[in-house]
Amino acid sequence: MKIPLSWLRDFIDISESPEQLREVFDDLGLVVEGVEYTGQDIDAVLVAKVLEIHPIEGADRIRRVVIEAGEGPLEIVCGAMNFVEGNHVPFAPVGAVLPGDFAIAKRVMKGITSNGMLCSARELRLNEDHGGLYVLDELITPVIGQPLVEALGITPDVIFDISVEGNRPDAWSVEGVARDLAARLGRPIKSPVLATTNGPSTGEVARASITAPNECGRLTVSIIENIVVKPSPTWIQQRLSGAGMRPISNVVDASNYVMLELGQPNHPYDASKVAGKTLGVRHAVPGESIKTLDGVVRELARPGRGLGDSGVDVVIVDGDDTILGLAGVMGGDDSGVSDSTTEVLFEAAFFDPMTIARSSKRHGLRSEASARFERGVDPELALRATARFVEILKQSCPEIIWRSEPIDVRGQLPRVPEISLSAFDIERSLGVSIPLDEATRLLTAIQFSVKLDGEGLLVSPATARLDVREGAAGRADVIEEIARLYSYQRLPRRVPTWAEPGGLSKTQRLRRQLRDVVVDFGAAEAWTPTLGSDADFELLDSGERVRITNPLASEESVLRNTLVTGLARAWARNVERGTGDLILSELGNVFIHPKVAKAPRATKGGVAGSVTLELPEERERLAVLLGREEDDARTAVAFAVGIFNRLGVANVVLRTPEQTPNGFHPTRVAEAIDRQSGSVLGFVGEVSPMLLAALEAPEGRRVGYVDLDFEALADESRATRQATEAKIPSKFPSALLDLAFVAPDSVHADDIRSALQLASDEVEAVSLFDVYRGTSLGEGVRSLAYSVRLTPRDSTFSDTQIAKIRELLVDSARHLGAELRAQ
Amino acid sequence: MSDSSPLANLDSQRDELIRQINEISDFAVLREQEPLLVGKRSLLTTLQRTLGQIAENERKEAGALLQGARRLVEDRFNERFAELEMVERAAKLEADRLDLGDVVVSAVRVPVTVGHPNLVASTQRELEDVFVGMGFSVADGPEVESDWYNFEALNIPPAHPARGMWDTFYVDLGEPETVVLRTHTSPTQIHLMEAAVKLGDPRVHAVMPGRCFRRDTPDARHLAAFHQIEGLVVDRGITFADLAGVIETFTRAYFGPTISSRLRPAFFPFTEPSAEFEITCTICQGDGCRTCSQTGWIELGGCGMLDPAVLEAVGIDGSEWSGFAFGFGIDRCAQMRHQIADMRALIENDARFLRQFS
Ligand SMILES: [Zn+2]
Repeated sequence: MKIPLSWLRDFIDISESPEQLREVFDDLGLVVEGVEYTGQDIDAVLVAKVLEIHPIEGADRIRRVVIEAGEGPLEIVCGAMNFVEGNHVPFAPVGAVLPGDFAIAKRVMKGITSNGMLCSARELRLNEDHGGLYVLDELITPVIGQPLVEALGITPDVIFDISVEGNRPDAWSVEGVARDLAARLGRPIKSPVLATTNGPSTGEVARASITAPNECGRLTVSIIENIVVKPSPTWIQQRLSGAGMRPISNVVDASNYVMLELGQPNHPYDASKVAGKTLGVRHAVPGESIKTLDGVVRELARPGRGLGDSGVDVVIVDGDDTILGLAGVMGGDDSGVSDSTTEVLFEAAFFDPMTIARSSKRHGLRSEASARFERGVDPELALRATARFVEILKQSCPEIIWRSEPIDVRGQLPRVPEISLSAFDIERSLGVSIPLDEATRLLTAIQFSVKLDGEGLLVSPATARLDVREGAAGRADVIEEIARLYSYQRLPRRVPTWAEPGGLSKTQRLRRQLRDVVVDFGAAEAWTPTLGSDADFELLDSGERVRITNPLASEESVLRNTLVTGLARAWARNVERGTGDLILSELGNVFIHPKVAKAPRATKGGVAGSVTLELPEERERLAVLLGREEDDARTAVAFAVGIFNRLGVANVVLRTPEQTPNGFHPTRVAEAIDRQSGSVLGFVGEVSPMLLAALEAPEGRRVGYVDLDFEALADESRATRQATEAKIPSKFPSALLDLAFVAPDSVHADDIRSALQLASDEVEAVSLFDVYRGTSLGEGVRSLAYSVRLTPRDSTFSDTQIAKIRELLVDSARHLGAELRAQ
Repeated sequence: MSDSSPLANLDSQRDELIRQINEISDFAVLREQEPLLVGKRSLLTTLQRTLGQIAENERKEAGALLQGARRLVEDRFNERFAELEMVERAAKLEADRLDLGDVVVSAVRVPVTVGHPNLVASTQRELEDVFVGMGFSVADGPEVESDWYNFEALNIPPAHPARGMWDTFYVDLGEPETVVLRTHTSPTQIHLMEAAVKLGDPRVHAVMPGRCFRRDTPDARHLAAFHQIEGLVVDRGITFADLAGVIETFTRAYFGPTISSRLRPAFFPFTEPSAEFEITCTICQGDGCRTCSQTGWIELGGCGMLDPAVLEAVGIDGSEWSGFAFGFGIDRCAQMRHQIADMRALIENDARFLRQFS
């Protein structure tokens, strides 16, 4: 909310500089988002009369204007179109320096010399209006050559743009901010001048009723007569402009003025358009609709999308039961004040915050009124605000009559809580003891009522503080108020300790280790989007997907169920940039729709967490995309094997999967299986050529890909670790045997390796070192050559021992169907 | 139609074309023959050109007949094309087959490449380490949450205006607007406290890093997905002073001894009293500059004492236990330390960007 310093001064004496005030505001939690200086640097601007306007040949956006500013006619080239000959406008002569260090100099355009500039309100920082020149004729009786500041009665001002927190409905007004400031500075706060009634009883002509008492706690109606609609005095206009509102007419301006100053949203109706001068507040019923001021027809009383929104709308109706407005949100477009209005029916009310919040959300309609009502307007403010409205209106219409005994109907008002508070409560929360008399002083300064109650206090919040709750929660609210006014910066600091050591879980340590390994092996770790498009995933035919109901764009409407699309896309972009010679990795969540998930996540949901919901299974995967020139499935295998070795996952076999996993090349892929547990730990291979083609990757380029299941890797019952017992290497020399077997394609090379490993206790290590295919071997078979390292335990090997072991080795391979290859 | 019509033999010509198509079993041949079978040089195109010779009163009917024949031939051609293309692709893939079980790992020679950890991940790690050093454990939580965990248990009831503080992505599951992409890491607090209560010991000292989402068009300063780290302490005798002390210790440990913190009142539904915490501007060291709007301070995150309503929602007795929570952006810490002018670079994954971090 924008608050002019001059307006604050109506309420409190201020000697602090704007910079000092800013710090005080910040420390009170009234965070200043910006400070603006207005009415400065415009002393040189004069009131000028437009004498002539001429078109300029060859230019349709600028015109030649002749003005008189007291020293004879001057030619100006001007781009604004909103004025006519005879108007008076602000004129900045050559040599003037306008706000923003904007120096005015002679300029020549289309051969015409412009001797200064005619200004818009925004150029002078008077308000935001930049639709054309600031035409003065409606505002003042202009005097040619008079300095503008004098003509408009402008004094330099400072505008604080204060961000009001959601729990401070009271601070959304000049008076509320002043009250906080006064409490902190220990100064008295002044009350604004209020009008008193001066006419016959309101009840003689007007009526009001509430038939929705839970939603409308209070409805007040006043009748104000003898009104002449015209522009407001300049000072009121300036205050509104300073606060960011456009001046319209004295009645509307007074209505806005009161809302800004005291925080009471209100509505002035043209009394002649309100049937029976009667207002009623009732529930809307299904089938009813209203055309709001913004021109939109809105269907009322329809249940909303959100949890627990049954669709309650409350409307204001007149004596004929015609709907005049959506209560607390926005009026209709028929009953407003116009130039011919002479009598105003003024409504000021209190509506239930949640009702207004739901209505406003459901209709997608936010207004200054709804924003205030949904946070909670002081229920005791209505008539005081009316008195202030009349007083402000009197500034332009001194003759107005405000009928006495305004109508004041009540529904259900929120209960004012009474909260017990002890010195111990304060210390227990803030860690410092603040004496109760100090707390009392701070709270009463913001109009909380405080009573002594035994050792402690009984506190009731100001009526404007609907955010303060009952019971323990209310106690926390009150303690926050004490701390806030006392200043957070004065509160002590202490570093707590506890017995339990901090640290990472085993899984978290493994996650770090995995990341390190992958980076050590040369990957650049990427962060690709969690949200993708249907097209991205359709390419992989990956089944049911989890969708976003309200995506920002269709490219970001589906939760990824694989990392491959994101990584492949990131790689392809790098290829386009000529930086595609790289390995990319990512460790992140993929989402499996509960309909197809093996283990959908059951969690509490619904209102008050009363139902069980099935949410997507979130699986953490590690993906590595090997995109260097020479990379392919082989490098992917080497990469994956390296990872397993580094994690101590000792016994993994790569087998051809029954089904091609998402995103992989169908004939160049394997699943990595833990031999001992039989669990699938992930997949290794190449990226699907179809996906690469869709991403317009270079034709024929192979891209290696590793996709590991992090949870499986972290689970030692699935990813079996190497034995923890350390082996001491034998002191006796080893023997190396090279054995080549001819094995059918159906026999897995690693099964043979494993069999060789287990053939004898003396086998220390076995590794595959050559694979050969050739016509001499026949179809459907290949030669697999293994290097076997034999190490004796107790003595040096004899030749016969070696021969015996060799036999065992050959036998074990034969059991699998592999025959020793003839030399 | 008279026998002299150019279309007299249309039916048999059509059948002949279909027969030819059926006979082709090689994709390359089919593609080669395409112009002759259905293209510009096909018989049907030639016939099309003869339509002009047909008497005007019969031309429309003849055209329709020709069109019908053409459609049949083309449909068959397209079917055959798809069939053979699939066969061709399967053959290609088959020819490409590599039994990965036969890969001789020791023979795979790969160039040495220097890898680079992701900036956000390593920032997260560094932050975790600071808190671990202070005695915190680290907890993870899911990214898709129910309304209960993301909002209601955190004292943000349905339709509460405070929900406007978060622009929420809703997930299309269950009743409308009941499942969300978490807008903050705070739901993990609820999971942790619920788990602790279940174990009969409500004490928690943990930080919770993770990815969150806000429905906000990405720009130089915001991304729709971002990372937060949140802290939670529940114990006996925990006060606002402990919170302020933890924030200050963290600030100096992570940002350096010349940077300090301050708290100012703020509003969060799940804490009371609540505060925003600011740290000395790291650009100007507190002297005032454009980054900090001349104030010498920059906002880092939010914090406060656990609201009694939150304790009640998870079943912790607020008269015995108290606690605090705080949270701030991981990406923002990275941005500050490396003066990242445009946050979108973080998700662009340009190798030139990634390689700057080690
Ligand atoms: Zn700075």
